[in-house]
Amino acid sequence: MGGQAQARAVLRLSGITKRFGSLVANDAITFDLHEGEVIALLGENGAGKTTLMNILFGHYSADEGSVKLFGAPLPPGNPRAALAAGVGMVHQHFTLADNLTVTENITLGTEPLWRMGRSRAAARKRVEDLSRDFGLAVHPDARVGNLSVGERQRVEILKALYRDARILILDEPTAVLTPQEADDLFATLKKAVARGMSVIFISHKLHEVMAISSRVLVLRHGKLVGEVRTADTDKHQLATMMVGAEVAELEVRPHAPGPVLLALKGVSTPARGNVTGLRNVTLDLRAGQITGLAGVSGNGQAALAALIGGLELPDKGEMTLDGASVEGWSPRQAVDAGVARIPEDRHTTGTVADFTLTENAILESYGDAKFSRKGWMDWRAAEGFAQDIIARYDVRCPGPATRIRLLSGGNMQKLILGRVLERGPKIILANQPVRGLDIGAVTYVHQRLLQARDESAAVLLISEDLDEVMALSDVIHVISEGRLSPGFARGAMTPAQLGVWMAGHGFERSDHAA
Amino acid sequence: MRLEPIADPGLGRTLGFPAAALAATLAFAMALAMAAGADPLVVLGLMIKGAAGSKFALLETLNRATPLIFTGLAVAVAFRAKLWNIGAEAQLYAGAIIAVLLGTGAVALPWPLLLPLSALAAAVAGSLVLLGPATLKLRFGVDEVVTTLLFNFIMLLFVSYLLEGPMKDPAGMGWPKSQRLIADARLPRIADGLRLHWGFLLALIAAAGVWIVQTRTTLGYEMRAVGLNPTAARFAGLPVGRIMIKTALLSGGLAALAGWSEVAGLKGSLTLDLSPGFGYTGIIVAMLALLNPLGVVVSALFVAGVFVGADSMSRAIGVPTYIADALLAASLLFMVLALLLARVRVRRG
Repeated sequence: MGGQAQARAVLRLSGITKRFGSLVANDAITFDLHEGEVIALLGENGAGKTTLMNILFGHYSADEGSVKLFGAPLPPGNPRAALAAGVGMVHQHFTLADNLTVTENITLGTEPLWRMGRSRAAARKRVEDLSRDFGLAVHPDARVGNLSVGERQRVEILKALYRDARILILDEPTAVLTPQEADDLFATLKKAVARGMSVIFISHKLHEVMAISSRVLVLRHGKLVGEVRTADTDKHQLATMMVGAEVAELEVRPHAPGPVLLALKGVSTPARGNVTGLRNVTLDLRAGQITGLAGVSGNGQAALAALIGGLELPDKGEMTLDGASVEGWSPRQAVDAGVARIPEDRHTTGTVADFTLTENAILESYGDAKFSRKGWMDWRAAEGFAQDIIARYDVRCPGPATRIRLLSGGNMQKLILGRVLERGPKIILANQPVRGLDIGAVTYVHQRLLQARDESAAVLLISEDLDEVMALSDVIHVISEGRLSPGFARGAMTPAQLGVWMAGHGFERSDHAA
Repeated sequence: MRLEPIADPGLGRTLGFPAAALAATLAFAMALAMAAGADPLVVLGLMIKGAAGSKFALLETLNRATPLIFTGLAVAVAFRAKLWNIGAEAQLYAGAIIAVLLGTGAVALPWPLLLPLSALAAAVAGSLVLLGPATLKLRFGVDEVVTTLLFNFIMLLFVSYLLEGPMKDPAGMGWPKSQRLIADARLPRIADGLRLHWGFLLALIAAAGVWIVQTRTTLGYEMRAVGLNPTAARFAGLPVGRIMIKTALLSGGLAALAGWSEVAGLKGSLTLDLSPGFGYTGIIVAMLALLNPLGVVVSALFVAGVFVGADSMSRAIGVPTYIADALLAASLLFMVLALLLARVRVRRG
């Protein structure tokens, strides 16, 4: 892959500008993609990566600038034109029909419905060939509803290959994969690239960018701020470019754990719709310790969070708090028992978007004598509380009377942190606490969690980002299909070893032990 | 075409678009008048004169606004908590029945005791009418839009049964109407010689009361939280079910006071045509007011003025009074559209 400089440009973006109201999502972005190369598009959330790819794929039309594919201009705002010109896109959220087979999903939309029957055998053969050639192991007749997340992603890639895509756009493709699956994906991409495919790989994970790309483009606040050959850079330089400032390394000092504050013994919870239930889970949360929960999304994390957060009761097994068995259990009781809950979705679960910062700050504590007496609110006290949080947790906002929907994700999360940490919690349930935040806010949240640990809180950190779990946790459990692995001490396992558990191996023995 | 939300619409947008909606409503009314073969300016002039052109006209409008303030508040309170109470009409009749039950001599008390007692009993009756649908919604997820709506018809038939049977006025010459209320059970007029009863002031007090509940009390905070985001409210530990029930009780009680004050203040007896759809019009009133309890007073006055003005205009030049219904419907549609457009930007592509 040395001769890329001479390879012809398959895609040329010139001066792409896209505005949403006063926000400039893409500011005069120009770059080329060459045949047979992988470029990584790196940037924080909100940097404009997804907007740019949506313009390229025809979902949006740019306010200024042009897109040229294989030398021909691409008509704006027309996904069909992009498809026909050979652009394939794998979104973060898959666009597959669960009730159809792999082959049916792949051919859907490529052929008129009345001809699907006749060409089915040929189509199936082609899917089989492609999946063999590119190492995308998936059965052509399997029903998509029965496939794992990793397999579904392969179907999406096959879909693009089937349509003779010559440019493949992958939007955060590894977010839903185990480390092994990510390695398989990279192997597939290398095969495709060797055959002349060009790939745009969108990510914010630096080690992946370093592993797969030949060039890195860095976006920040809608601008293209850097373009480097991967061979000439390192993670530190990329992170600095992405953030626009030196990134502080997180410092984790060892801390002696205290007594068990919350324990689950052989707990099972029912599955609800798409939410996997827990199966015979045993877990100790100790004071002064961060317990990390690693796993591919959708493997029971939501059920565990619901259980500890007070939204769910065990079907079987026992939950104890400070050694006493939990009988009645509700969000209210969880709050009163000193459980600080940082919910997975801060927009729909964590806050009321049209409430002010003050109203959101007291959402869990409005009934306290401090804020409410004989049914009357003391808004002055509530506003004082909100102001304290704003000051102590560095919430950037015009003031406590601002509606929270106007805040960035990071500032919203800081308000939630303040809301729960100001109550001096004994147990902290942090479910995806930094998802969607920029690096500055990520560091802030992590420091606060570490500080709470040092002040003897028991922290449960649930994250789909294995790097995050490994960096922060004193003990790591892996969750897969509702089962929980034994706890592994910090540094005891490599990412690959954890990946084996994430893929669902190794559980049988521990089931017997329990 | 796509709609892009505007994070923080300025004062110009928030006021400009509703003003434009009002102008559009006016233009629509003139077009309707022209279609009916009348001079639009004359029609408009007569309507304004008929609604507010004289002391009599003004008082008539205030009287008409009284039940609309109550039903508008009932709807505003419920909708604010996302409890879709379409049954203010049924709750209104529940209040009216109580006014007759306690007011026709069955309870012999002087008016300072009888009136508060009867008002309270009416409110409780209205609360109970809405309690059923609210409980069904919470327990079994039954859609309250359907149950409250259908209850309106049940209640109307029940009233019809009462007026043909147990409540029928023996001296009514066969008409389906109740006995007249005794003097102690009647709401007095605010001033001698003015055809305006204390119900109007009670309605204003109720509006202020609801506003205070919503902005100053713990219950108001809870109701707004549940209405804006029930998921977040439940997650934060708010007793969502209990809040819904309290909301239903408050809403049903307010709607019942509309019927109670109509019987005790204006009509003096119960007939089947007590309400020309006050319960349903309350939805328009509440929506035009953006569910703001103080706004409900303003929008109830506007809606009452349109009805009273159209009646008077119709008597004068024979343009059908249906113009009032069309006008209100148009004003609501324009207003809803204006409120949407104030918050989003329309973009092509």
